[in-house]
Amino acid sequence: MSDWPQIRTVGLSGILVSFADKMSEPANRAALAFRAAVDAADWPEVAETSTSLVSVFLQVDLAEAAPDALVEKLQDLLALSDWLNAPLPAGRTLWHVPTVYGTELAPQLEEAAEAAGVDPDTAVRELSTSRVRVLTIGFAPGQPYMGELSETWNIPRQQALTKSVPAGALVVAIRQLIIFTNASPTGWRHIGQTAFRTFRPDASKPFALSPGDELVFPSVTQAELAQIRAKDDSGNGGASSEALT
Amino acid sequence: MTAHLGIIQAGPGLSLQDLGRPGFRAQGLTIGGAADPVALYEGAALLGQPADTAAIEMAGSGGAFRASGDIRIALTGAEMAANIDGDPLIWNASHLLPAGATLTIGGARNGSYGYLHVGGGFDTPPQMGSRSSHLSAGLGRALQDEDSLPLGQDEAGQVGMTLTPVTRFGGGAVRVVSSMQTTSFSQDTRDRFCQTQFSRDARANRMGVRMDQPGDGFATEGQLTIVSEVIVPGDIQITGDGAPFVLMYECQTTGGYPRIGTVIPCDLPRVAQAQMGATIRFEFVEMAEAIALQTRFLSELKSLPSKVMPLVRDPANIRDLLGYQLISGAVSAQANPFEEEN
Repeated sequence: MSDWPQIRTVGLSGILVSFADKMSEPANRAALAFRAAVDAADWPEVAETSTSLVSVFLQVDLAEAAPDALVEKLQDLLALSDWLNAPLPAGRTLWHVPTVYGTELAPQLEEAAEAAGVDPDTAVRELSTSRVRVLTIGFAPGQPYMGELSETWNIPRQQALTKSVPAGALVVAIRQLIIFTNASPTGWRHIGQTAFRTFRPDASKPFALSPGDELVFPSVTQAELAQIRAKDDSGNGGASSEALT
Repeated sequence: MTAHLGIIQAGPGLSLQDLGRPGFRAQGLTIGGAADPVALYEGAALLGQPADTAAIEMAGSGGAFRASGDIRIALTGAEMAANIDGDPLIWNASHLLPAGATLTIGGARNGSYGYLHVGGGFDTPPQMGSRSSHLSAGLGRALQDEDSLPLGQDEAGQVGMTLTPVTRFGGGAVRVVSSMQTTSFSQDTRDRFCQTQFSRDARANRMGVRMDQPGDGFATEGQLTIVSEVIVPGDIQITGDGAPFVLMYECQTTGGYPRIGTVIPCDLPRVAQAQMGATIRFEFVEMAEAIALQTRFLSELKSLPSKVMPLVRDPANIRDLLGYQLISGAVSAQANPFEEEN
């Protein structure tokens, strides 16, 4: 019998269901699909649910609801389906986010291309046409970890940290992309710049993205991005979106 | 007209806090809220209002305040020297702050986070359902000199009430349950972890409290690579340098450092309130015991309103009551401040 999935308590704050011990596309999909199933079950003791790369967390006050009964319900739900082969949940969105690659706005494109072993033009062609999925959201509010890019982009993080990249920066490492929520130091390479705001605290919908959403980052010029910034104050940074079914 | 509380001078770590912003973990935002939520329950009990009422959290030192009308206040959490126009105030009690008078709150004498509550609470516009500043997420901001905070309608009228604070100051034993990577640490390492006397490091904030210790750091067997997974407040991360880091309510939502254990929620305020140099020990308890301890703690919080007592039994007979130091270590613990009147 396989060691996975595993069900473990997390302090007195809840229960974690993990599908693997490292990132993989099927384990991430399993986490997204299983979270949707837990949400649909609507168990009264579960205050909220969330996913990391390959696990689902159920926030439960274990002092009020001891874990045993819930663990049993989780085991039953896990047995209902082959979660590693489950389809992604419904209600997801595909975003096209205009992005300036390279230039002084994103000064590490060439360095990243070199690390990936391709020339800068090839890098932009690949990055601007790759469709990635929000694997998880974290580190900062609304900040997406997106993947997986092709094996070409399995490049390590930098040894030294970049002191600060601006909000909206598109960075790359380990076959993943991130759009930064706030200006932040990072060990990932700054390859693109967007005007997309992942966190809009005063909007009726403060978070633009949800785990499972998909994104493409078409290439635009600096002038086009400047125009977008001048015209679009919605936080979308000129992005368009369509429902995924 | 709505009353305001003006900040004449703000200490460096002042922010508005309530019980935080639950429900956004999936989008990368932890609950945040008061570093010591017990203080919110105590302040609410003293003023007879709900525990989710926002208060001013004061990290290490207070400031000077003035209200535009007569208002009720309560002081809880880390004990700080406080006075109104020079008349000393008793901590863990409610008081009247007359219009135009200056409330001055000094540095923490015991504990790290003090709280200033007002009758009716602060009526700033909530963001995503809460008035808490969550500085690491870019929500709200630290309070500054010349800020003026609108106050809510105060329904109840009593002042001069006090309660005995829930025990949580000065460090001590902190109870921990096993966490996801506990058994990745050898039994020897875990034993040494529990025998070590830690103290709060200067690198402590609303995201986490780093622990200092005299000996070597702690490490897992071999090189442990953990796929990022959920972090909850109370998790004790062992970072690269081997020092334990107890995560607080403003921590990140996920992380990849191994967790040697998780402080149970009822003992987390003890970590938050440990002052520089206070000694902390970690003690593993079984899940069933942790649940029993937490259940007892929650019922203690619920019963706080019934524990509130008048500050003076017969005010007519006590002169200069505000001059007595009922709680501070400045007077002998055996001294009875009421004695000379009997």
